[in-house]
Amino acid sequence: MNDTAAALPKPVAGQAEGRRGGLLRRLRYVEPVTLLWLLLVLVLLFLVAAPLLKLFSVSFQAQETGTFTLSNYATAYGRARYLDALVNSLTLGLASAAIAVLLAVPMAWAVSRTDMPGKGFTWAVVLGAFIMPPYLGAVGWILLAGPNSGFVNRFWQWLTGSEGTLFNVYSFEGLALVIALHSFPLVFIFVKAALDLVSSEMEDAANILGAGTWTAMRKVTLPLVWPSILGSFIIVFLETIALFGTPAILGIPARINVVTTQLWQFFEYPVRVEVAAAYAMPLLLVTIGLIAVQKLLLARKAFVSQTGKGGERRMIRLGPWRWAMFGWCALVGALSVAMPLLVLLQASFAKAWGRGISLDNLTLRNYHLLIFEHEMAMTSIWNTIWFSAAAATAAVLIALLVAYIVNRRLMPFGEVLGFLAMAPFVIPGIVMAIGFYAAYASPPLALYGTAALIIFAFTARFLPIAYANSSAAIRAVHPEMEEAARILGSGRLQAVSRITAPLLRKALLGGWLIVFIVASRELSAAIFLVGPRTRTMAVLLYDLSEAGNFEVLAAFGGLLLLITLVLVGIGMKLVGRDFMLRRI
Amino acid sequence: MSRLVLRGLTKAYGKLTVVDGVDLTLAAGEFVSLLGPSGCGKTTTLRMLAGFVEPTAGSIELDGKVISAPGLVMPPERRQMSMIFQSYAIWPNMTVAENVAFGLKLRKLPAEEVRRRLWEILEVVQLGHLAERYPAELSGGQQQRVALARAIVVKPAVLLLDEPLSNLDASLREEMRFEIRRLHDEFRITTVYVTHDQAEAMATSDRIAVMNAGRIEQVDAPHLLYTRPKTRFVAGFIGRTNLVEARLEGSEIGFDGCRMQMGQINGVPQGGSRPILLSIRPQSIGLHRVRPAGGEGRPVTPGTVVQRVFLGESWDYVVMPQGSGLRLRVTAPPLQVHEVGEAVWLEFDPRQMALVE
Repeated sequence: MNDTAAALPKPVAGQAEGRRGGLLRRLRYVEPVTLLWLLLVLVLLFLVAAPLLKLFSVSFQAQETGTFTLSNYATAYGRARYLDALVNSLTLGLASAAIAVLLAVPMAWAVSRTDMPGKGFTWAVVLGAFIMPPYLGAVGWILLAGPNSGFVNRFWQWLTGSEGTLFNVYSFEGLALVIALHSFPLVFIFVKAALDLVSSEMEDAANILGAGTWTAMRKVTLPLVWPSILGSFIIVFLETIALFGTPAILGIPARINVVTTQLWQFFEYPVRVEVAAAYAMPLLLVTIGLIAVQKLLLARKAFVSQTGKGGERRMIRLGPWRWAMFGWCALVGALSVAMPLLVLLQASFAKAWGRGISLDNLTLRNYHLLIFEHEMAMTSIWNTIWFSAAAATAAVLIALLVAYIVNRRLMPFGEVLGFLAMAPFVIPGIVMAIGFYAAYASPPLALYGTAALIIFAFTARFLPIAYANSSAAIRAVHPEMEEAARILGSGRLQAVSRITAPLLRKALLGGWLIVFIVASRELSAAIFLVGPRTRTMAVLLYDLSEAGNFEVLAAFGGLLLLITLVLVGIGMKLVGRDFMLRRI
Repeated sequence: MSRLVLRGLTKAYGKLTVVDGVDLTLAAGEFVSLLGPSGCGKTTTLRMLAGFVEPTAGSIELDGKVISAPGLVMPPERRQMSMIFQSYAIWPNMTVAENVAFGLKLRKLPAEEVRRRLWEILEVVQLGHLAERYPAELSGGQQQRVALARAIVVKPAVLLLDEPLSNLDASLREEMRFEIRRLHDEFRITTVYVTHDQAEAMATSDRIAVMNAGRIEQVDAPHLLYTRPKTRFVAGFIGRTNLVEARLEGSEIGFDGCRMQMGQINGVPQGGSRPILLSIRPQSIGLHRVRPAGGEGRPVTPGTVVQRVFLGESWDYVVMPQGSGLRLRVTAPPLQVHEVGEAVWLEFDPRQMALVE
């Protein structure tokens, strides 16, 4: 027995050595985790707390002198046009959320509870709509439902012989529908997750008392998942009021001003960041308030019947109705993914998109132009890739360390770190961008237009995604896995690198890819922070849409989608089919 | 020689004291169980032994050197201990052989010796044929053996086991009890075994420390714990018992018409007149249709059967002694059948009674 013992360091001597020895030993046993904790606090203060505080303080400062003033608020809310924008945002949010719920709840019910055919197809639709950047969908819908030249309207005129338009996308309804067609996957994922927990016996109990399939669904099933429907309604509402791309592309030509586009106008020369900060406050407060409401709703777990026993689930037989349900899913798929994608693809290979699909209209010129001639296109692709990669790496690394400290309770105030890491979740991207602008664009750091500023902003913005992912991954690794290594003689760092890290590899890769994907298409945070040489693909796409060259724009969108699809493909291969759609 | 000494070991989380002044000494090669209900502090005590938890007060000494005290905790990796966890904590990303060899490689032993000791231990736990498998491909019992092999192969100064059998099914659990004891007899590693299952503790241990509410109630060999429980908690926790309030009058003990000389009961202090509590095991009470002779100071008293349950291996009767509200549980062999309401005679054996606090 002694042979092994000799190979290990001798146990230290007892207290007999006295107080001095005890103190020295105590210092030797201080784990590096304390220093790490301090470092993380500084990083999170820099990334999360400072921009928010700066945003807040700047809103009360006079532009020139920096003295305290309320005049920014007076300016921000002093014109009817600005107030209209607030009302428009709220109405648009409600409309989009309502449409998204109408689109997605039947789909979620059909996939989770019935024998509807084509469930794989429906999943593909949801994933497709989720992956499609919202501004790209908006461009697709301009080609489909522009008032005169849109394909849908031209088809309508051909069909009826009339001069009128069936649907004008440059309108409030158009804006609401296009946004809903992008955001319904959120509702689908939430509601389906809740429906999956409802046991068939809940419905059986209603059936045996005389309720038919539809009555049971209306009176039992839907009320059971009501909190998740409401919760996802709130999320879509918040997404909508924070969205910049779609309202800018569709709303500005239609003269519909919303909060985000108004904020953008405050940033046009001369930049009035103080007024923008003041004007962003309602967005921030509404978001914080509603996220709190949403948490409360979903925290009432007892409401969602999570019965461990009798959880057997049988699919409801719909009979001929199952084709009607499938038709609905197919319709949503056509409107959200297939049709916009098709017209974009067509336009990207066309000399003039309005001439439709024909051989003499076919060309590779648009792609050629972008790849070999355009001064910014390739730079922006490169920018997008390395900004996103850097932000994803930083976010996952920070999130992993914070999640580890919080979950393993290594520090007495570890929760503070977790709170800071999750805080950006309640900050709309556009608000965060203004905060970063206010805090770091001007001296002393003078980061305006640099890659660093964009990477920092992306890291902060997507930290919650990475944190939720890392935290779930770490919770899945039993602490005893590490303790087993330690008691056999490995130090904490060695245990983490030899045991924990390999076990987390897959989950972390999934988190990295998700952050990369959402960062690569992020528009609202980027557009306030980019300089001439640091434009990303999303920003360049927006610039192209202002120029109105839809063929080149479509081709560029095609390139962005290609990059995204490659990454999603890698993720599905390495991490699992549903890695993008797991409910966080 | 004592290998492990716990002195006044205490752990408090805020106002909640989880472990409260535990004193315990283990001789080298001894196998001691910490037995108690969930929440009694046994696992926290074990985790303090391993160095995962810092004590609030008291100390732990290994071979005469303090390894744990407030503000002074030798990290787990330097304690030369090994541990078997409730979840097994077999690393799913390593094969059986890699799991077992992990500790040996950390000790920077020559490759030849690592291989020799790895195969030696795999043979001992009968896992040689599964060396290249991954844990996900093993049954629960096999995973348990991997955990055992991984802990024993490093020849630790102390082996710690944290409810290692609680995730196994009943028959496998019984088998593993004997396996653990067999390995202890073979390697003689000083062992601390945490469990809430008294049968497990009895099958494996040299001594058992019964814990309750953060304190050790009694430390004794299994049979002494059963026959001479010192506290009300131990008497009730180890096996089933009747706790009877009795009175000590001079040199006599009495309850409900039974009188016994106190010299016949173990551990009763001399003199005085005061109420006491007796533990009387159900199988130590005799049931008779006619009044027995009651020799050798065995008191008898009449009673009535009020309830009965047949358990296959035995009858479980509840008998009320005449003129008392006492309900005594009595265990009788299967062939000894009494009807409910039947008048019987109870015969007590003072040698099998214990005075408890």
